[in-house]
Amino acid sequence: MVNVQNVTFSYTKKTELLNNLSLNLKAGHIHGLLGKNGEGKSTLLKLISGLVFPKAGTIDTLGFNPVNRYPEMMREIFFLPEELPQLNLSIGNYEKVYSPFYPNFNAEQFDNYLKEFDVDNKKSMLNKLSHGQKKKVFVAFGLAANTKLLLMDEPTNGLDIPSKGQFRRMVASAIDENRCMVISTHQVHDMDSLIDSIIVMEHHEIAFNQSIEEITKKLFFRVAERNEKHENVLYSDDSLRGLYQVCVNTTGEESKLDIELLFNAIIINKEKILKLF
Amino acid sequence: MEFRETQAIYLQIGDYVCEQILLDRWNEGDRIPSVRELGVDLQVNPNTVMRTYDFLQSNEIIYNKRGVGYFVSEDAKTKIISYRKKQFLDQELPLFFKNLRILGMDFKEIAKLYELFIAK
Repeated sequence: MVNVQNVTFSYTKKTELLNNLSLNLKAGHIHGLLGKNGEGKSTLLKLISGLVFPKAGTIDTLGFNPVNRYPEMMREIFFLPEELPQLNLSIGNYEKVYSPFYPNFNAEQFDNYLKEFDVDNKKSMLNKLSHGQKKKVFVAFGLAANTKLLLMDEPTNGLDIPSKGQFRRMVASAIDENRCMVISTHQVHDMDSLIDSIIVMEHHEIAFNQSIEEITKKLFFRVAERNEKHENVLYSDDSLRGLYQVCVNTTGEESKLDIELLFNAIIINKEKILKLF
Repeated sequence: MEFRETQAIYLQIGDYVCEQILLDRWNEGDRIPSVRELGVDLQVNPNTVMRTYDFLQSNEIIYNKRGVGYFVSEDAKTKIISYRKKQFLDQELPLFFKNLRILGMDFKEIAKLYELFIAK
């Protein structure tokens, strides 16, 4: 669906933001894109959707080179940026102006999503809405656009507590084997039941890209008592409840993936973890 | 649905389905929610629910009628109970024994408490 090969990118001449980065995304999955601030997650999403151009390397998005921005590609991509555009339009007029670009846009679906999110007045002006309300409108629009590729940069930032569950419900109903979603986020606890594949960016490249099934087959996540010994501990974090640990999975028994723990483990003990895959 | 700390989500969804069957909310022979419906209800990725259904199917708790959906097997309850029993013996009982040893408790003490519990 998306194939990034050896891409290098920089905003300034001196420092390279992305260096020889490669990534392959498959349809039917919800990919979680994780990485510290400034790693280039948003830039990667922009490269895939043709908003910025690579300095070297090639990108294939839905069979197109995104640099050309062919309409056949653009109408199958929706990119939800973290910073939403300032538009002097009502919700209804935004829909009227932008939905024709997306041939599979479903107006009824859009209305249902807005209703679920408690955004009831489509006459409201977008630039008068609070950040959270505005985010809901764009999330609803992005899901209702039914594009093959949906890229979301921090979609749950600013959403109130009930909206996070509604967001998960909507995404669960929207994913199918022909669609591919990428969710870039720091709010890992909002996402851990939704994401089925994890991409970690570190040092401006892809450090890790695995399905959750593969991860839980190779790694074991557990809460251990402090005096408990385990030879295969890869990462350990002390907490009130005990030691949160990532271990080598030696029994084949699968545990619940803790994304935060996995991320920290990859940052601290990358070599050992990568060797397992 | 609030997910517990350590068990894989697809297995927790499996427990949820088994519970619905044991509590007679979903009866033997009934069609159960589709992969997508249950994903939406529980706010989880449908691919994860698919794994659960594959797992339950291989344990003969549910079966698939192609193009129609998933159904509760005729002797699902018996199967669930024997599966649960195995789980209890393999996982929960060793933990229980470990606690007994740590606390220095006698088995007779436990037997007395169990008799009281049964009497209630």
